[in-house]
Amino acid sequence: MTLHGRLPAHFTAPGTSSFSDFLGAAAPDLLPSRMRLPEGSTVEAPHGTTIVAVTHTSGVVMAGDRRATMGNIIAQRDIEKVFPADEFSCVGIAGTAGLAIEMVRLFQVELEHYEKLEGSTLSLEGKANRLSAMIRGNLAMAMQGLAVVPLFAGYDLERREGRIFSYDVTGGRYEEHSFHSVGSGSMFARGALKKQFREDASELDAVRLAVDALYDAADDDSATGGPDLARRIFPIVMSVTADGLRRVPEEEVGAVVEAIVAERMTRPGG
Amino acid sequence: MTTPFYVSPEQIMRDKSDYARKGIARGRAVLVMVYADGVLFCGENPSKALHKISEIYDRIAFAAVGKYNEFENLRLAGVRYADLRGYQYDRSDVTSRGLANAYAQTLGTIFTESGKPYEVELTVAEVGDAPADDQLYRLTYDGSVAEEHGYVVMGGNSEPISAAVKDAFAADASLEDAVRLAVKALGAAGDGAEARTIAPASLEAAVLDRTRTRRTFKRLTAERLGTILGA
Repeated sequence: MTLHGRLPAHFTAPGTSSFSDFLGAAAPDLLPSRMRLPEGSTVEAPHGTTIVAVTHTSGVVMAGDRRATMGNIIAQRDIEKVFPADEFSCVGIAGTAGLAIEMVRLFQVELEHYEKLEGSTLSLEGKANRLSAMIRGNLAMAMQGLAVVPLFAGYDLERREGRIFSYDVTGGRYEEHSFHSVGSGSMFARGALKKQFREDASELDAVRLAVDALYDAADDDSATGGPDLARRIFPIVMSVTADGLRRVPEEEVGAVVEAIVAERMTRPGG
Repeated sequence: MTTPFYVSPEQIMRDKSDYARKGIARGRAVLVMVYADGVLFCGENPSKALHKISEIYDRIAFAAVGKYNEFENLRLAGVRYADLRGYQYDRSDVTSRGLANAYAQTLGTIFTESGKPYEVELTVAEVGDAPADDQLYRLTYDGSVAEEHGYVVMGGNSEPISAAVKDAFAADASLEDAVRLAVKALGAAGDGAEARTIAPASLEAAVLDRTRTRRTFKRLTAERLGTILGA
């Protein structure tokens, strides 16, 4: 969109603090949910795979493997699928990577836009609901095989705890307790999480558990990438606590990965 | 029947300008000033909720004086403009120059086409990697834009305030020195009248801090201002 002369009326219209509502009025072509495929057609596009989230005593941790697949091909071996949403929340994506990444970009702007216009941040539930509306907007594409299934986690400043929300393709939103996983390897990851989750886990324990669960997912699901020690490609890990969000540095994740791999040398079953 | 009386275009514009200027001069001043680590915004504003200084984008902020509903409307438009740009292209493609142009066009059109001009004056500031790269654009009610260097004073009583800043201003000042200078200047009075001391609670202040990554805008709380001014 190019602008000549004064800003159009949409820009000054009061009433909404939602960026996607504004985009729908000012530049609808830019909304990912307006994209349409011809009836009955399908396209093959890279898919993101497994995301896990684990709560711990001071917040929540989210981790994702680095693989994107297209059929039997590894489309990308170092894709990033876990993103910061704002200062106190993060979102991980499984499903059609191109659409999902665009959705996350819109979601990030949506949260920041609200914060700037209103001078306050949305509640964690409010953020989770906005994401739900975006997934619902993608339903037509999901019916044609381009589904996006995110996992949302954040620190609730009122309840003072980490919380996890999962979604279905219709935008249904479900709060998960303790841990959750989405994507093709999620069944295996969830099994690992279930056996090893502890209520009194520290942040580091949760990071270990999340990376361990991804290892199990990669062990049994060909679309999930295991840690690549040769190229030093490790899972992306985000941690959210009362102090805000931080991406766990590669060296820290690397140390956790090396310990897990060493352990598996003696006990391949985990 | 009487002949409708003629008013020259010059007269109409002059009347509109006078009207806008009077409205702006009634409000309290806001000062925007470059310092070593960024750009400082400081104004007298007893309200904690109705801001005169706001974040627009990662490295861009906005300060305004005049009629609240009018500059609030422009602030809204600015945030939408910047977020749209950043979403459509990239975060690094949102510039203060583009925003200043959009504001200039908007204010210019309102001034010439509507019966009542906006009674506002704005500064759009962008923080760069060094004080020399900082950009300050002052926009007036008729859509005129001026690029300023170092500092901008807007609103009522601006002459004595400018005079107070002029001699003491230094682009490489620390945040503490810049805040002290700004608050002292805001209290300055013309014609030899006694200067006022403004309490931290009735100040609104914020910075675009070049040492921060991504979102550089940060408000300075009354507590922080108190510490700086008390020292």
